[in-house]
Amino acid sequence: MNFYKEAKSLVKVNIRDYGMYIALFVIMLTFSIMTDGLFMSSRNISNLLDATGYIAVLAVGMTLVIVIRHIDLSVGFAAGFLGAIAAILLTDMGVPFYLTIPIILVIGIVVGLFSGVLVASIGIPSFVASLAGMLIFRGALLRVTEKSGTIIIRDENFNAIGNGFIPSIAKVNGLNVLSLIVGVCIILLYIYSEFSKRNSKIKYNFEVVSNRIFALKVVFVSAIIAYITWILAGYNGFSWTVIIMLLVVVIYHFLTTKTVLGRHIYAVGSNPEAAHLSGINVKKITYIVFGSMGMLSALSGILFTARLQSATTTAGTLFELDAIAAAYVGGVSAAGGVGKVTGSIIGAIVMASLSSGMNLLGVGISYQYMIRGAVLAAAVIFDVMTRKQRS
Amino acid sequence: MSEYILEMNQISKDFTGVKALTDVNFKVEKGEIHCLIGENGAGKSTLMKVLSGVYPHGTYQGDIVFEGSVQWFNKISDSVKTGIAIIYQELALFPDLTVYENIFAGNEVKRGGIVNWNQTIVQAKQMLQKVKLNINPETLIKELGVGKQQLVEIAKALSKNVKLLILDEPTAALNENDSENLLELLRELKNQGITCIMISHKLKEVISIADKATVLRDGRTICTLDASKGEISESVIIKNMVGREIDDIYPKRTNKVFGDKILEIRKWTAYDSQLGKQVVKEVDLHVKKGEIVGIAGLMGSGRTELALSIFGNPKSYKLQGELLLDGSPRLFKHPSDAIQSGIAYVTEDRKGDGLFLIQDIKSNVSAANLQGISSKGIINDNKEVKVANAYKDSMYIKAPSVEQIVGKLSGGNQQKVSLGKWLFVGPKLLILDEPTRGIDVGAKFEIYTIMNKLINEGMSIIMISSELGEVLGMSDRVYVMAEGRIKGELSSDEADQEKIMHFATQ
Repeated sequence: MNFYKEAKSLVKVNIRDYGMYIALFVIMLTFSIMTDGLFMSSRNISNLLDATGYIAVLAVGMTLVIVIRHIDLSVGFAAGFLGAIAAILLTDMGVPFYLTIPIILVIGIVVGLFSGVLVASIGIPSFVASLAGMLIFRGALLRVTEKSGTIIIRDENFNAIGNGFIPSIAKVNGLNVLSLIVGVCIILLYIYSEFSKRNSKIKYNFEVVSNRIFALKVVFVSAIIAYITWILAGYNGFSWTVIIMLLVVVIYHFLTTKTVLGRHIYAVGSNPEAAHLSGINVKKITYIVFGSMGMLSALSGILFTARLQSATTTAGTLFELDAIAAAYVGGVSAAGGVGKVTGSIIGAIVMASLSSGMNLLGVGISYQYMIRGAVLAAAVIFDVMTRKQRS
Repeated sequence: MSEYILEMNQISKDFTGVKALTDVNFKVEKGEIHCLIGENGAGKSTLMKVLSGVYPHGTYQGDIVFEGSVQWFNKISDSVKTGIAIIYQELALFPDLTVYENIFAGNEVKRGGIVNWNQTIVQAKQMLQKVKLNINPETLIKELGVGKQQLVEIAKALSKNVKLLILDEPTAALNENDSENLLELLRELKNQGITCIMISHKLKEVISIADKATVLRDGRTICTLDASKGEISESVIIKNMVGREIDDIYPKRTNKVFGDKILEIRKWTAYDSQLGKQVVKEVDLHVKKGEIVGIAGLMGSGRTELALSIFGNPKSYKLQGELLLDGSPRLFKHPSDAIQSGIAYVTEDRKGDGLFLIQDIKSNVSAANLQGISSKGIINDNKEVKVANAYKDSMYIKAPSVEQIVGKLSGGNQQKVSLGKWLFVGPKLLILDEPTRGIDVGAKFEIYTIMNKLINEGMSIIMISSELGEVLGMSDRVYVMAEGRIKGELSSDEADQEKIMHFATQ
C-alpha cells in the first residue's frame, strides 16, 4: 500500500528519536567531506569511540539520575578517585586486575548508595549533596596521589581495558576476523530480536508496520552495524572499551525498557506522588539509581585510568558536565520522566565527534567549546519545540 | 443615588464549554457584611476570581460596577488599586519573612526604589493595632498560629486602603475562639466603613454576622436574603442551597445484598505533624461487602486525610486506633501494603497525584500492578497493550489508541484511566475520592454505571464526595464528616440533603 505515506507518518511520530540519528549522520558526513574522508577512517573512528567510552558510561547513569529529577555532580571526581584507588591496589598492593575491578565497582556502588541515602532519606537536594561529594572526592584524589603524584600502572591486562583490542585470530584482506565475527553476531542478534518482536505482535493480533517498511528498517540498521564493523575491523578491530560500552548500553537499555524496575524509575520521574500512591517505593528507586550511578562512575574511572595507563591528580575533571551535556543532547528532560539510555549514548558520540572533527580541522580550542555549547543549546531547543508541537 | 458599592450584573463565565457562571447578579451595599453561600462548585470562587481580576476583563460576559463606575480589571493589581482585596483560604504569606515585611510585601514603603524599613515598621504597628493584634512586627510569620496569620492578612489588606474586603472561608482553619475574634473584628471594620464579602460554609456564623446573604447554586444566583427582614435562617439557606431534585442521572442498582464487614476502623485518629494538628479524630466506620458507603462533608473536613490514613498512610501521619480488614487487625506501612491487601484509592487530584500525565494510557493502567503484565521482572509489552485495550473498551475511554499521552485526554477520560489503573489491581475495596469532580454529566453517568457493575461483581466502595446529589443517589449508607470527626451516620432511607448539610455545617 502507500509506502511513502507510512514512512512519512513514522518519521513524524518519532521525530525526536530520529532527529538524534540524523544529526549524528549530518555531523559525520560534514566532517568526512571537510577532512577528505579522514574523519571516517578506521583509525579515527576507533579512537573516537575509545575516547567516548568513559563519558558514555557516565552519561548512561546520569540519564537515569536526571529521569528521577535529580543530578549528580560528584561523578567526575568519584571516577578520578576510584581510578586512583584501582591504581594503588594494582601497584602498591599487588592485587591482580581480576580482583581489582570488582572491588572498585563495589566501592562505587557503596559510594553511590551513600549519596542516595543523603538525597532520599535525609532529603538534601541532590545538587548540594553531590556538590559536597564532588569536593570530597577531589580532595580524596589529591590525598591519595599526594606522595607519588601520577601513579603509573604496569599491569598490561588492566591497561588493555582502555587501550587494547579483542584478539584478531587471523587477518583477511587486512580485516580482523574475530571482529568481523562479532559484528556478524550482533547483526544476527538484532535481526532475531526484530523478528521475534514482530511475530509476538502478530500473535496478539496487533497492528505491525508493513513488510516493506519492516524489511527496509532491518536492512538499514544491519547495514550500519556492518559498516561500523568493517571500519573497525580495518584498524585493530573492536576495542575492549567499545565492547564494555556496548554491554553497558544493552544491559541498561533492557533494564529501562523491559523490566518492572525500569517502569518504576520512569514512574518516579514523571510523578513521584502518584508513584508513591501506586505502591512504588520511591526511596528504594532513588537508592538503586544512585547506586548504579556510583558503579558506573567506578567503571568510568577504570576505563579512564586504563586508557592513560596511570592515575593522575586531575583525573575526572569536568567529566560530570560532559556526561550531563551528553544526556541532554540525547533528549533527557530536566522536568523528569523522559529520556532514553540509547539517546544519551548517541549524545555522547555526537559531542565526541564534534571534538574529534574539529581537532582534525585544526579548530582552536576556544571555538570548540563555543560550538559544543551551541550544539547543546540547539539540541535542547529542538527538544522543547518538538515536544510543544506534540502536545 | 447609587447605594451599592459593588454591582456585578449578568456575569457569565465558561471554561471550554462548561458553564461555571450563568447571568449572575450580585449587589453589595456600602458598609455591610454580605455572605456568599453555596455548595462546592456552585461558582462562588469563580465569581470572586472574576471580581478580583484573576480572570481578566473579556474572558467573561457582564459588567462589574464599583462605586458607580464600570471597571475593567485586566490583572489582580488593577482590582487592588481600586480598593478590592481578597483573602484566600490558603493564606498567601511568606512564612520565613517577618510580619512587617509581609504586610508591605508588594506595596513597600519606599523612595526611589530604596525601602525605608523603619517607616515600614512604624506603619506596620499601626495596621496591627487596627486588627487588634498585639505582637511584635518583627516576629516571623511561621511562628504565629493560623488565627493570627489571618489577622496579618487583614492588616495587609488594610495597608492598601481597602474599601471592599473579600474573605474566602476565613474560619475554615480556625478554632472556636479565633473564629469568634475574627467575626468581632469584621464587625469592628464594618463600623469603620469597610464593606465585607464573606464566603462561608458555617451557617451559624452566617446567621450571626451577615446583613445580607446571597445564595448561588449551579452557577446561578438563587436569592439574596436580608437579615433586617428576618430572612436569614438555617432552614431557608439550606433549602435554597440544595434546592434541586435528584433526577435519574444515578443509575439504580437492583438486588442489594450486603455481606460481612470488609473494613472496620475504630477510634481512628491521625495526627499530621507538619500541620501540627489532628486531621482525623476518633473515627469509627465500617464497610460491608457489596456496599457503597458515602462520605459527605465539606472540603477540609478530613475526608481525604481519612482515606489516605487507611490507604497505607503515604503522608506519614501518626496513627492511633484499630484497622480491621476482613475481621483481622492490620497495619499498613506503605501504600503497597494496602494495595496487596486489596485496597485501592482513586485520588481526588488526578493530575496532581493520580496520573503520570506525560506517559501513555497503557503505562498508566499498568502502573500499580506491573506484576500483572510481567514475569520474573520482565515486562510483556504486548500483554500490557492487551490489558489496556480491554479497559479502554470496557470503560468507554475515548482515545485513538492506548499509546495516547494521558495529559491530552479530557477530564472524564483521564478519570476513567485513573479508575482503570486501580481496577487492574483487582481490589476488594475501592476508595473513590471525588470520583466525578470536574467531569461532564455523560462521563459521570458512565462512572456511576461502572461503580454499580463493580458492586455486583462483589466489590465494596467508599465514595468521598462533596456533591450531595451524588452521595444521595449512589450510597447505601452515608457518613458525614466535619472537622475530622464523623458527625453523623445516615442510612440511604433517612439521608436527605438538609440532614447532611446540617451535620456538615456543625
